[in-house]
Amino acid sequence: MSAISEPALAAGPAATARGYWTTVGRRIMRDKVSMACAGLLALIFLSALGAPWLGLADPYQGSMIHRLRHIGTPHYPLGSDELGRDMLARLIYGGRLSLVVGILPVILAFMFGTSLGLVAGYAGGKVNTAIMRTIDVFYAFPSVLLAIAISGVLGAGIVNSIVSLTVVFVPQITRVAESVTTGVRNMDFVEAARASGAGAFTIMRVHMLGNVLGPIFVYATGLISVSMILAAGLSFLGLGTKPPEPEWGLMLNTLRTAIYLNPWVAALPGVMIFAVSICFNLLSDGMRSAMDIRN
Amino acid sequence: MTDIGPTIEMPEVDRLAPVEDRGGAAQPLLQVTGLTKHFPVRGDLFSARKTIRAVDDVSFAIAKGETVGIVGESGCGKSTTARLLMHLMKRDAGQIVYDGMQVGRALSLRELRRGMQMVFQDSYASLNPRLTVEQSIAFGPKVHGMADASARALARELLGKVGLRPETFANRYPHEISGGQRQRVNIARALALSPRLVILDEAVSALDKSVEAQVLNLLVDLKREFGLTYLFISHDLNVVRYISDRVLVMYLGEVVELGPVDRVWDAPAHPYTRALLAAMPSSDPDHRTETPPISGDPPNPIDPPSGCRFHTRCPFAEPLCAKATPRLAALDTMGHQAACYMAIAGSGHSLAPIKGADKA
Amino acid sequence: MLVYIARRIVYAIPIVISVALVCFLLVHITPGDPLVAILPADASQELASQLRIAYGFDRPLPVQFGLWLWKAVNGDLGHSIATGRPVLSEVMHAVGNTVTLAIAAAMIGFSLGLLFGLIAGYFRDSWIDKVATSIAIAGVSVPHYWLGMVLVIIFSVQLNWLPAVGAGPGGSGTWGWDWEHIRYLILPAVTTSVIPMGIVTRTVRALTGDILSQDFVEALRAKGLRETQVFLHVIKNAAPTAMAVMGLQLGYMLGGSILIETVFSWPGSGLLLNSAIFQRDLPLLQGTILVLALFFVFLNLMVDIAQAAIDPRIKRS
Repeated sequence: MSAISEPALAAGPAATARGYWTTVGRRIMRDKVSMACAGLLALIFLSALGAPWLGLADPYQGSMIHRLRHIGTPHYPLGSDELGRDMLARLIYGGRLSLVVGILPVILAFMFGTSLGLVAGYAGGKVNTAIMRTIDVFYAFPSVLLAIAISGVLGAGIVNSIVSLTVVFVPQITRVAESVTTGVRNMDFVEAARASGAGAFTIMRVHMLGNVLGPIFVYATGLISVSMILAAGLSFLGLGTKPPEPEWGLMLNTLRTAIYLNPWVAALPGVMIFAVSICFNLLSDGMRSAMDIRN
Repeated sequence: MTDIGPTIEMPEVDRLAPVEDRGGAAQPLLQVTGLTKHFPVRGDLFSARKTIRAVDDVSFAIAKGETVGIVGESGCGKSTTARLLMHLMKRDAGQIVYDGMQVGRALSLRELRRGMQMVFQDSYASLNPRLTVEQSIAFGPKVHGMADASARALARELLGKVGLRPETFANRYPHEISGGQRQRVNIARALALSPRLVILDEAVSALDKSVEAQVLNLLVDLKREFGLTYLFISHDLNVVRYISDRVLVMYLGEVVELGPVDRVWDAPAHPYTRALLAAMPSSDPDHRTETPPISGDPPNPIDPPSGCRFHTRCPFAEPLCAKATPRLAALDTMGHQAACYMAIAGSGHSLAPIKGADKA
Repeated sequence: MLVYIARRIVYAIPIVISVALVCFLLVHITPGDPLVAILPADASQELASQLRIAYGFDRPLPVQFGLWLWKAVNGDLGHSIATGRPVLSEVMHAVGNTVTLAIAAAMIGFSLGLLFGLIAGYFRDSWIDKVATSIAIAGVSVPHYWLGMVLVIIFSVQLNWLPAVGAGPGGSGTWGWDWEHIRYLILPAVTTSVIPMGIVTRTVRALTGDILSQDFVEALRAKGLRETQVFLHVIKNAAPTAMAVMGLQLGYMLGGSILIETVFSWPGSGLLLNSAIFQRDLPLLQGTILVLALFFVFLNLMVDIAQAAIDPRIKRS
């Protein structure tokens, strides 16, 4: 074989090693739809976070004289609700609870589900069977039913809501995690890593985690929209957040009777849920295509 | 070619020292006895438990510095044997002795990994899509304690050795290079731990012919340069003939013939070997292959035929062939052996040589 | 084939028992004494202990489970605390109404989903595809209870074309497939159909695109098959997965109808579940969850069997 000159060998990291995630990041940034969604979400997040400093009216303070004002009324840019509270303030403050109750269960389920799925996928055999058969039992329930059943028996409340949704999502994420892990586990490069003498933890860290987290993460982001809708749905039924806290689902519930008097104000909280949900879905789709290495 | 060349010293680049030669030139580098692996078929509630007898009582030795080829059709157990040798799978029975040392006693598994490495068939699946070529090659040495910078320098050196310019290829991802280039990377990765034995499991089978030829020549050069010993597994008889010193023929999990490659090619003793060789289409227009030398599909390894596993397709089969499996018997003093009653003197087969008669 | 069916049924049995166990446990992990819901506030100790024995709350849990399971298998799911009527008949009656809703929604959602999905798959990356995909994404992202409210605002409040709530003039007692009743079904059915429509569109689009890009389709065209015949092949290949998805969606519609039924006061199993929760009517709650979950398991079983009937590869695995 041809001799390679020494300078070539001594050259440091030749081109900057383009990490996988930087490539993915760059691809997403070129996707206009995903960027628009990310922007909108950032806006909603930031306004929810910075609500106390935005100069809004007090979301708890109502006045019966000013109930159900229409959109565009002076002092009530988005109208007022059935107790006279400013809708703009309620919507932005409502974002705090709605986003937390919607996203936190997915984060928790991601942590538990990925760990369970990784163990089940890497270990195989009886451990795998034990874990997956248990998961199957929960899969036998439609998610809405399970969420409502658990919330129903635990009672209303934010924490109960989060617990209930986490329980609903863990089986779904575990299934995806186990399936992806098993797929990676069977690939030759994992065998080659074992053949190099690496231990199980090193293999999982260097070779498996990177290949496994991606698909699970994309799946989980897709779940966020379901979670937001379900979480707001629980509040809508009275099983989630309790009044007088502002939260989009709860607001839909209390404003229901107002549809005859001021339909557009009554519909506003749903618009927020819809917007967040569709942005997460589009973002998740965008991530999925950006992460497809073969593109 | 059985020379054990000196290891080349490369200035400025650390390499892991190869596992010490303890046994000396006469000690086989690898001695395999009675290797067996059965897989249970996942039955369910309604069907009986079955086993796939993938590898059954396989024994052979690999001398230092030689290239041993293993040929056979799909399902004969070649790849399973490779994985058993690499200890990627637990064997059900048998001994594997590396340079006179029992694995697990005189030799730890970790040290065995240093002494023996493998190149897989699927070049794409063998490389982690998330790591650069350099990172993949450097992984092994780092596991064995090498510093990151030295491991990466070693990776680049090896890339040069396998014919890939390091400045171009070191930071590429597997999906950015071709199949032949990936296989070179796999070879470089296998060499990173300075093994003395390299198992090549259908390493060139998936490549285009011209690329295959280049990689084969690369392998021959590397063997000379690094003083390696090869176990070359393939279903392609021409390739095996080109690169091997000795060859093993496997059928349904058993070794049916072994010996120096020229002897086996010129005077195949086992009917299966004869059929395999005859199955290579002739390119001579005056001697066209008219009838298929072997008929039927390879039987299912779940329920292999009794006795000699080939007897159902053998034109010379006789009743005794179905009763007991013939053992490997020497045909001459050069190491040519075959597991066939026709080759065993006094076995009872009508075509067997008479006991005591001179062998040719 | 029969072996496959028998195998699936046998595998379903432990799932059914586990589902029953979960239903049973769900209600019994309620913090607090289950008796509290049943007793009047000023009940005496004596009455409390009598009722405790009558309902079997004094027995150890496994025994309670066994008894409950035994009675359930024999069709006795207890009596609703609120109305006193047998749970099973209440639930079955309500489920009937939900089935009506689900079937209507399925007809709308699946046909639109198949249509959009096939079109999008055939005309991948064209503007038609983008429109269909956008509709699909909107469909799966919309909070359906909110959509129901919006439709009520538009069609009931503003236009006064359709009724806002209820199931018809006779209440839930009578149902006929006449205009008087169907006009109550339209809004709930359309609302329920949106999410399944979106999911079916996305799935069918992906399936169709994948199938069309496979080599055998080229082979068929090269053989001279007309496009309509190729289309039949595409349908046959897409059918198993598409059916599985539709079956699953039907199951979700049956089991998860509570939100929409609450918006429209549709007297189905979802609304029943709602009142059972808020009235702490434990027997009714247990019975409803059990029946709905079992329906879902049964539906999955049917889908698996139908899939195997169409796709011969599945039987072997």
